[in-house]
Amino acid sequence: MSKVLMKGNEVIAEAAIKAGCRLYFGYPITPQTEISETLAKRMPKIGGLCLQAESEIAAINMVLGAASTGNRVLTSSSSPGLSLKSEGVSYIVGSDLPCVIVNVQRGGPGLGGIQPSQADYFQATKALGHGDMHIIVLAPAHVQEIADITMEAFDLADIYRTPVMILADGALGQMMEPVDFESHKSREIPEKTWACNGHQGGRVHNIVNSLYIQPDELEDIVNERFKRYEYIKEHEVKSEEYLTEDADIVIVSFGITSRIAKTAIDRARSEGIKVGLLRPITVWPFPEKAILKLTETAKAFLSLELNKGQMVDDVKLATQFKRPVEFYGRTGGMLPSVDEVYNKIVEMNKTYGRN
Amino acid sequence: MVVFDKPKALTDTPFHYCPGCTHGIVHRLVAEAIDELGCEGRTVGVAPVGCSVFAYNYFNCDMIEAAHGRAPAVATGVKRAMPDNIVFTYQGDGDLAAIGTAETVHSAARGENITIIFINNAIYGMTGGQMAPTTLPGQVSTTSPYGRDPKIQGTPLKICEMLSTLDGTTFAQRVAVDSVAHIKEAKKAIKKGFEIQNNKQGFSIIEVLSSCPTNWGKTPEQALEWIRTDMIPYYPLGVYKDKTAKEDK
Repeated sequence: MSKVLMKGNEVIAEAAIKAGCRLYFGYPITPQTEISETLAKRMPKIGGLCLQAESEIAAINMVLGAASTGNRVLTSSSSPGLSLKSEGVSYIVGSDLPCVIVNVQRGGPGLGGIQPSQADYFQATKALGHGDMHIIVLAPAHVQEIADITMEAFDLADIYRTPVMILADGALGQMMEPVDFESHKSREIPEKTWACNGHQGGRVHNIVNSLYIQPDELEDIVNERFKRYEYIKEHEVKSEEYLTEDADIVIVSFGITSRIAKTAIDRARSEGIKVGLLRPITVWPFPEKAILKLTETAKAFLSLELNKGQMVDDVKLATQFKRPVEFYGRTGGMLPSVDEVYNKIVEMNKTYGRN
Repeated sequence: MVVFDKPKALTDTPFHYCPGCTHGIVHRLVAEAIDELGCEGRTVGVAPVGCSVFAYNYFNCDMIEAAHGRAPAVATGVKRAMPDNIVFTYQGDGDLAAIGTAETVHSAARGENITIIFINNAIYGMTGGQMAPTTLPGQVSTTSPYGRDPKIQGTPLKICEMLSTLDGTTFAQRVAVDSVAHIKEAKKAIKKGFEIQNNKQGFSIIEVLSSCPTNWGKTPEQALEWIRTDMIPYYPLGVYKDKTAKEDK
């Protein structure tokens, strides 16, 4: 198929349409506004809807309503907006509804900044909403992957009846690269017998609800959901490895920073330093097994992030503390240069490397 | 011959409401309107957080339980996904006029083709009698134990008056369920709201002055009397906006 040159944010919009999504609810926030703007142009022409809500809170609850009808639905925002959406996300999880949520991360806390960040890793993977819950979180690293992951996200949401988050950042959102929308293979989607779309006198009324006043009933419901999480952990973890077979040092990095890591790795490799990359594509579920396996060959790990050290905790847990795990990161919207990462590799190589 | 029967749009689940609470009456009126329009099979209701949280168990149509105050946003999502279905929310005063004020106002401003049933009983019932946005000046609640003082706790929201100023609102009427005559009026208003939606004429809200004997510390009879003596003078009954009346002329 022919490729087209597109911006990351526009690709999310276009890929959502390709995935059959015809309902979008959002609220403007930098650096993801092109998603809304693209859909505002495209949706009316294909019988879809792009509705600007009065707030992030309203937008995510419109998502809850539209998802209840069994339709595919998308919302997008950036970091401060996700904090507002978190109430609704918890209700969507508690109601077992599918939807796709995009976070084009910017610096925080508070109003923070508008430059690229991965500072919402904890929020996305640990606590996007109150209660015992998880959502699937996908972290693309290039524009083609944004297209593939966006389409995959709708399938995962429908199959597992859960919100799926695309965790991007300001750099990926604004970056232009060639993309091919035909590469995604759709999965089989179960029938949505739970949908509130009017029973037409043909079935018992459906109830979409997250309230269970009896504690034993709520425990059962949460346990069932966690069984689904276990299944997801078993079947849906994705990661990419680059030059890890003989690596003394394995950098763990997702999204935009993994690309900086690759360039630094190539430079270090040209000087004989044995360093590789493990790139989580799903950050929840986290590629624990792949990392644990690498402890058999690698001497040390480096978690490279755009924050003050968040994923590094998951890397440590995944290694089961069998190998040292160091951290390097920049925050506030700053990106580490290839030099910075290279220097960190060289420094670690003095301790852990064989040369 | 059947002289009295349960509306089809109500399930057999017994209501959990306190003795003398008028939620049951309003549930029945909504169900009668659905029956009379014959739209149960294509209706989706949205329940609030508050005393009527379990409304999803009582109405026979498909039901969604919303977060506190967010029912109009949820209803917007449902309606935009399925414009030919009938979508209503059933909300109390804390839900609609405090935490969900933005969702209420903007769903009206957008002219969402939905119907909102707004129960105003001037109190938070489910949490045990706290001050509501519609608690009257001087009214005692557990969080206004010396009576609501407008200088400290501000003044009540008059929702029908507010929403009638918006171009997006098609129909806004305040009714009460303190007497047979008023209940009949309330039924008419609720049915009209559903009809307006069925005709795709836009946003309708029916505010129902309702009683809460438990949290008002009154007998059911005294509570109905208090609606007449205290609530109706502050919240006058009537049609605040009806664009369809203009369209008919």
